[in-house]
Amino acid sequence: MIKGKVWKYGDNINTDVIFPGRYLALTDPDEMAKHAMEDLDADFVSKVQEGDIVVAGRFFGCGSSREQAVTCLKYAGVSAIVAKSFARLFFRNAVNLGMPVVQLPDTDKIENGHELEIDLKSGELKIVDTDKLLHFKPLPEFILRIIEDGGLIPNLKKRLDL
Amino acid sequence: MGKTIAEKILLKASGEADVELGDIVEAKVDLAMSHDNAALVSKHFKTIGVERVWNPERIVILLDHRVPANSVQTATGHKAIRGFVSEQNLPNFYDMNAGICHQILPEKGHVRPGELIVGTDSHTTTHGAFGAFAIAIGATEMSTVWATGSLWLKVPETIRIEVSGSLPAHVYAKDVILNIIGTLGSDYADYKAVEFYGDTVSEFSIASRMVVSNQAMEMGSKAAIIPPDEKTTDYVGSRTSLPFTPVFADQDAEYLDTEVFDVSALEPQIACPHSPSNVKNISEVAGTPVDQAFLGSCTNGRLEDLKVTVNILKGKKIASSTRMIVIPASWEIYSEAMHKGYLKVFLDSGAIIVNPGCGPCLGAHEGILADGEKAISSSNRNFRGRMGSTESEVYLSSPAVVAASALRGEITDPRTIE
Ligand code: SF4
Repeated sequence: MIKGKVWKYGDNINTDVIFPGRYLALTDPDEMAKHAMEDLDADFVSKVQEGDIVVAGRFFGCGSSREQAVTCLKYAGVSAIVAKSFARLFFRNAVNLGMPVVQLPDTDKIENGHELEIDLKSGELKIVDTDKLLHFKPLPEFILRIIEDGGLIPNLKKRLDL
Repeated sequence: MGKTIAEKILLKASGEADVELGDIVEAKVDLAMSHDNAALVSKHFKTIGVERVWNPERIVILLDHRVPANSVQTATGHKAIRGFVSEQNLPNFYDMNAGICHQILPEKGHVRPGELIVGTDSHTTTHGAFGAFAIAIGATEMSTVWATGSLWLKVPETIRIEVSGSLPAHVYAKDVILNIIGTLGSDYADYKAVEFYGDTVSEFSIASRMVVSNQAMEMGSKAAIIPPDEKTTDYVGSRTSLPFTPVFADQDAEYLDTEVFDVSALEPQIACPHSPSNVKNISEVAGTPVDQAFLGSCTNGRLEDLKVTVNILKGKKIASSTRMIVIPASWEIYSEAMHKGYLKVFLDSGAIIVNPGCGPCLGAHEGILADGEKAISSSNRNFRGRMGSTESEVYLSSPAVVAASALRGEITDPRTIE
């Protein structure tokens, strides 16, 4: 079960504002985390707490193939991302880095500051503040396993017995 | 039921007896490309615990995003990449004197119709112009491809786009694809493959087809495929001696959607800030002052783009209120531009010529915009802050519009320049 407080954003949040190109030379994830969402919400990094959840509208993470857009959020403490839809590359990168992603058509019911409880397996998302239960289609078993293992590399190591 | 090109290439790559839409398959990769982010990929690779990459011949690494290095951090990344390349004995490494990844791959004969290509760059869709299924992946995923030669892929639905009509003067492939994206929207093809058909596309040169497949990423396309024809096989055949088998869609292939465009009356198109899908006719934005004009990138830095620009700039001077930056997409193009006398035209007009690479396109290296500045650019993406300050603005257009705008210092319809 994932629990956390919501930071809510709009539609078409692209990877250039999540992790600006000028920081692409960074390779230390903790350094990357210091710039999470910098060009969208400069205060994000100072506000976000371990376990918080990012909620957004349509086409979250569109743009570049840079997985740093996932890494910076993960190391800033974000425990899951909920959006109406995700850009394909961001979605793959999230799964492959072990970041839970939830595709939910009615994110409009969720407000900034709400507390959420998410069960990835059953496909249930509870807004604690309003006691409302929303449903989403759980990810295929195969993909859930990658997320559970903590990402593609731990998953591959398990498969290769390394 | 017949199959689309994407389905057929994935069927072959999966080694399965059959695949269906939505299936997740383990697909074998024909080619794996990384650029400066190979530093990150190799860092991940080392954590897997596999000693050697799966097949050195099938990996291409090149440096293009920040060349020559602009900081100690970048230089350290480049150095790590060179170290990894020699450790693993990778034959297909191109250092900073080659060009932009999406130009270098076909130019050096690494792209073949019918193949599965993965790259750690979103515009890897470019290679769909050669009838390949070419998609972008992240760095972590690439490290596992280096280790195993395969990855999980979902068999996508395919959209068919038909473009017909001959283009009016001063209207180009860039205008066509911007018009398509403006009409269909930035997430129209998210998770979907797109196939392009029609007489306009058949008439396009290889370079123009690459513009279409490159820019098509900006409507979310997973892959942007142009069925191969004689032009394709001639080009590919002149660049590689390895055999290849073009793949075509079946007559009865099933498409999610078919969109038809007639471009015979199209005017030059501009993608306005801050989205490549915020597309307007040039008449709506002409007169907007620009501080910088950028000709280059993997979208429009090829010889035919330089030629169009040179024809407009010849014997004229760039406006004193504007700076123009020209970046040939590769050293081969750079060298041809020199032989053809294009470079002299650029210099005489007052443009700055920069070594092949991504340059200002991603706002990480050079040609950065200040607060309040505006640029007209032949590149493919104009998100907020993309070329520098988050308070700057980028307008995307064809090279012809870039050149005309550089002359007047404001967004200018090339049809108004005699
Ligand atoms: S030129 Fe621009 S879009 Fe093309 S690969 Fe380089 S940064 Fe990406």
